[in-house]
Amino acid sequence: MSISIEEIKRPENIIYRKPALLTDNVMHYCPGCSHGTVHKLVAEVIDEMGIQDRTVGICPVGCSVFAYNYIDIDWQEAAHGRAPALATATKRLCPDKYVFTYQGDGDLASIGTAEIIHACGRGENIVVIFINNGIYGMTGGQMAPTTLLGMKTSTTPYGRDAKLNGFPLVIADMIAHLDGTAYITRQSVHTAAAARKAKSAIRKAFEYSQKGIGLSFVEVVSTCNSGWKMSPVDANKWMVENMFKKYPIGDIKDVLSDK
Amino acid sequence: MAEKILMKGNEAIAISAIRNGVDGYFGYPITPQSEVMETLMKEKPWETTGMVVLQAESETSSINMIYGGASCGKKVMTSSSSPGISLMCEGISYIAGAELPCVVVDVMRGGPGLGTIQPSQSDYNQIVKGGGHGDYHNIVLAPASAQDMYDFVDWGFDLAFKYRNPVVILADGIIGQMMEKVEMHEMKPRRTAEEILKAAPWATTGKPSTRERNIITSLSLDADIQEKFNRKLKNKYEVIEENEVKFSEYMTEDAEYVFVAFGCSSRICEAVVDELRAEGIRAGLLRPITLWPFPFGEIARLAKQCRSMMSIELNLGQMVHDVRLAAGGTCPVGFYGRQGGNIYTPEEIVGEFKKFNGLA
Amino acid sequence: MKEEIIIAGFGGQGVLSMGKILAYSAIMQDMEVTWMPSYGPEMRGGTANVCVILSDKKIGSPIVTKYDTAIILNQQSMDKFEQTVKPGGWLVYDPSGITRHPSRTDINICRIDAIEGAARIGNSKVYNMVVLGGFLAVKPIVSLENVEKGLGKSIPARYSSLIPMNKAAIEDGMEHVEIVHRI
Repeated sequence: MSISIEEIKRPENIIYRKPALLTDNVMHYCPGCSHGTVHKLVAEVIDEMGIQDRTVGICPVGCSVFAYNYIDIDWQEAAHGRAPALATATKRLCPDKYVFTYQGDGDLASIGTAEIIHACGRGENIVVIFINNGIYGMTGGQMAPTTLLGMKTSTTPYGRDAKLNGFPLVIADMIAHLDGTAYITRQSVHTAAAARKAKSAIRKAFEYSQKGIGLSFVEVVSTCNSGWKMSPVDANKWMVENMFKKYPIGDIKDVLSDK
Repeated sequence: MAEKILMKGNEAIAISAIRNGVDGYFGYPITPQSEVMETLMKEKPWETTGMVVLQAESETSSINMIYGGASCGKKVMTSSSSPGISLMCEGISYIAGAELPCVVVDVMRGGPGLGTIQPSQSDYNQIVKGGGHGDYHNIVLAPASAQDMYDFVDWGFDLAFKYRNPVVILADGIIGQMMEKVEMHEMKPRRTAEEILKAAPWATTGKPSTRERNIITSLSLDADIQEKFNRKLKNKYEVIEENEVKFSEYMTEDAEYVFVAFGCSSRICEAVVDELRAEGIRAGLLRPITLWPFPFGEIARLAKQCRSMMSIELNLGQMVHDVRLAAGGTCPVGFYGRQGGNIYTPEEIVGEFKKFNGLA
Repeated sequence: MKEEIIIAGFGGQGVLSMGKILAYSAIMQDMEVTWMPSYGPEMRGGTANVCVILSDKKIGSPIVTKYDTAIILNQQSMDKFEQTVKPGGWLVYDPSGITRHPSRTDINICRIDAIEGAARIGNSKVYNMVVLGGFLAVKPIVSLENVEKGLGKSIPARYSSLIPMNKAAIEDGMEHVEIVHRI
């Protein structure tokens, strides 16, 4: 029995719909990249919370530099690493707005360490979505501060060597010590179940940002299959086996439930 | 009658920001301008006008806070001195590239490097010619008194919003540290949300269903689109050059010798003109009040009238190149400067003037 | 009328605030003023000086090298500024801490022992006001009435109760200034 397109499009047959706040622009991300999934989760959360007209996003420099092409909200495109500074001013000048930054590990954990640490230190009431795939994706797979020891990148062609390149930075745990942070969690989006958990973490972070209790930080341990030179499936497997050891999944701090 | 208060140029910047409805100040301490943030923190404007004041972790961060605040259509400003301004130049380039309004105050000190903390005018090239990367211009205002510091904040924001362009108030350690009488005008309230929507429909104020999303960016990966944007900027700059040049003249009507000087140097040169006039030498002074756009036309006109010109600057000779460009070889253009935070006296300039003109 | 004054001494002697009060008093008299301090690390424990210019007309250069009056409160400042007084000008100084007294004969010189004056008032903090009184006795550029108004403007409102004591110190200085040399 064949089924026509018209029949498929009937409301009772629709089991999945693109989030209303994702635009029709074709994403430039590589197939298998985690960015697309995280974008979708952020768009769903904003839509479900009904806060499109009160949300301002700040894009980084890195693969997600064009996030503003994909989620239908007002955006600011920051200089490399500076998104938390833009977010700080935006939130302080417009306290009724939901303000979030969307940053990769090169942006947040390398060139932007001062900005993220001090935004955390000041307890800015913003949300930070941190995509950690252990590599610089956009510039072609160079070492990031989060690159694992032994991991090969174009600037660590023989694997990251602690003597030569130092050790990976574990940002979420570092900022958990700061009094200005309210909610810190580490998630992933490699399975449907993981994506669901990541989505509720993102929603919680957005909700916390209006409570005046400090900065909420959602790290998403991600894959970069093109940078890692693996198939999407192998990249997911490699992430679970290697990245999760250094960057274990789960909540790190929640000032409301820790009390 | 407007109230007259004795204050430092730096304090005038802070008080003017509060009284002219500025929404936010973000800064980092550096001599000789720290009184700007100190005054704001002491005045606590967040309790009166609702103005936000924040001490950032660096100049890099403060200029990017300006970038974020300006993206929301707010009147935001920062201040610093030379080494801090160097750090800000990245952000200023982004702000120019994203066509955002803001006011940056540079209270110059001696350089290069960490330099000295004494007054200087050695950031002329950096601020007037660009400073950050790419094809852009700052609108540059050069105050010469504490009153100018007070007045230029409001003027700066008018220009910044009119042209969606960064405005730099290029002051120096003397203007920042000197106290003078300042006349304060009526308080101007901060803009309401409705007024911001009207003044800055491009701002990231949250996307309602009634408009497309607003994106503040300076990024374009397509050469043709970028070139089109660069030409759009060029057109805007031409309008600014056409309409916003501002200068003042002192005794130039019959001047045979014309000094060109800005900021504190123009004050010192007024005394020089007086001394030379007392000796019967017909000297005059042109003070550019906007350094960009630069008063090329007026200098060209004066060059035809006078025997020679001299550019007097607290640096190794930066503005003098623009003066020579304007004079176009019509008359000789000399230069005298002091560096490192040293300041010339009127007598010293008189001597150099006579040497240059063979009058000694 | 234009009066170019340098006030110089140690940080902590109230050099900058004396200049500020003088400047404010002149504003009360509708004059133009500039107050230009030396600033930076040299202020910390070292010498502090401020150039105050009072004028009927708009002030051009705030930077001058010759002064109508030098008010000198320590030896370093005496060494630096004695020669900068214009011939016929005034040098006002506090003799305590001075090892080499001024020697010029082409200027007017007076001394004011402000430590003693402050002791008479009973508060060392009014030291600079005694000096100011000494200066105003020989150069009455601003009226005492306007100085009182100037004090009101420069002293924070919460300390306004201290104005009478400051005024008393100025009067004490006016009374006790001692002319050393008059041309």
